[in-house]
Amino acid sequence: MTHALAQILLRDLKLAMRQSSDVAVLVMFFVITVSLFPFAVGPEPGVLARIAAGVLWVTALLATMLSLDRLFQSDFDDGSLDLLVMSAPPLELIVLAKVAAHWLVAGLPLIVAAPILAVALRLPADGFLVLIAVMAIGTPTLSLIGAVGAALTLGARSSGVLISLLVLPLYIPVLIFGVAAIDAGIAGLVVRPHLLILGAMLIAALPLAPWAAATALRQALT
Amino acid sequence: MQRFANPNRFLKAANAILPWCAWVTVGCLITGLYFAIFASPADYQQGETVRIMYVHVPSAWMAMFIYANMAIASAVALIWRHPLAHLAAKSSAPIGAAFTVICLASGMLWGKPTWGTWWVWDARLTSVLILLFLYVGYIALVNAFDDASRGMRTGAVLAIVGAVNLPIIKFSVDWWNTLHQPASLTRLDAPAIHSSMLIPLLLMAMAFMGFYATLLILKMNDELACAKIRGLRIAQAR
Amino acid sequence: MQSVSELLSMGGYGAFVWTAYLIAAAVMVGLLAMVLKGLSRHRETLKTLEAERQDLRASTP
Repeated sequence: MTHALAQILLRDLKLAMRQSSDVAVLVMFFVITVSLFPFAVGPEPGVLARIAAGVLWVTALLATMLSLDRLFQSDFDDGSLDLLVMSAPPLELIVLAKVAAHWLVAGLPLIVAAPILAVALRLPADGFLVLIAVMAIGTPTLSLIGAVGAALTLGARSSGVLISLLVLPLYIPVLIFGVAAIDAGIAGLVVRPHLLILGAMLIAALPLAPWAAATALRQALT
Repeated sequence: MQRFANPNRFLKAANAILPWCAWVTVGCLITGLYFAIFASPADYQQGETVRIMYVHVPSAWMAMFIYANMAIASAVALIWRHPLAHLAAKSSAPIGAAFTVICLASGMLWGKPTWGTWWVWDARLTSVLILLFLYVGYIALVNAFDDASRGMRTGAVLAIVGAVNLPIIKFSVDWWNTLHQPASLTRLDAPAIHSSMLIPLLLMAMAFMGFYATLLILKMNDELACAKIRGLRIAQAR
Repeated sequence: MQSVSELLSMGGYGAFVWTAYLIAAAVMVGLLAMVLKGLSRHRETLKTLEAERQDLRASTP
């Protein structure tokens, strides 16, 4: 069964690599949107540094959300989702494999781009390591929660906007603790509790999100 | 509960208690308003603005109670496939959203004279705002499908996911608020509530509960009528 | 017993208190009206559809 799941993961990765422009577009959206903020609030280092953690996180949320339709939509459209549902591994594990592929394609580039953009936003030096850590723990949670939204809106009208309505409120706890951790790091306060809470959210999402997404997928296919 | 899986039997029972629900609502509303506006004292700190509490707090209770109902009805619908549970969840949502809006509006009107500003990112108002997002998302999702039954089944999953998330959101917002709230801000509710204020509060809560029950029965009548219409239209399309 | 003007001004906070109550009333009455309107409209449609079905049954041999 692990062989089958690995196949699914590799297949999604191969498909993403074939359309590698999609990944590039996602990172470019991240870069461009973050760049809007200095134009909006002025280039003073004090103001930018104060909002840097928040801007990076909100933009990462939006970028993740925009990448969600690649999870299930194309498989749903060409019928491969029906085949996946009928295959041997439980649908929940198949969802996990697809979410893992999604994170590798959409989450990992954000983790790489974030520190570079943080330099542009004048994030204080103490925040960088924490930034990478919270992005590493937080982005898989974003992919997991996003998968639930993507599965729920398969075949719905205006599914693009609908996904954001459903998923963004659920992202708020990750956002709160992600930014708080970075701000704590900058202020020299203890960061570990925030990381532990983010880790707890990830561990909670790991079984729950695939269950919800699989249930929604079965409803979409009947 | 299995006896009421039959829509007609459910409607007969529900419509029988509907007048009672309506009269309880009206009765509690009149007595509650009398106590709230005339027969209760002003707060020694907040003055007469404390009377807004008699609308704000019960509506907050209802907003959360109704969401819990939606989540439970959704779970029942998915686990036992009880046909009316989906309709109960779908019918509850607009009522819950309405109470959430009332809670937010009254909260803003309470905040301006007591805290000096219309909107305060305090833990309760912020959590209720997110609850409104969850309600609106649910209503949007249920109505986003041409197939009404797909909409309700998908909505059921969303309601349960949202319910699981609600304590996490509440915890996060509470924590975030204590981090950012300046120490000088006073809390909106009285530290210990006196019986002269408790009575109107409970009466208004009962009035709102009766209103929910009344509207829920009416809305479920409506949903069942819509389901019949859909069935008839499909049959006549042959 | 308070006078009407005292009641309306609510110690200076009248606008806030009464607006809060009015908004609550408006939302609740509005919701009730929407539900009742939908219900009566759907019951009309149902009656028409069922009448058509009766006619269809009566006219087919």
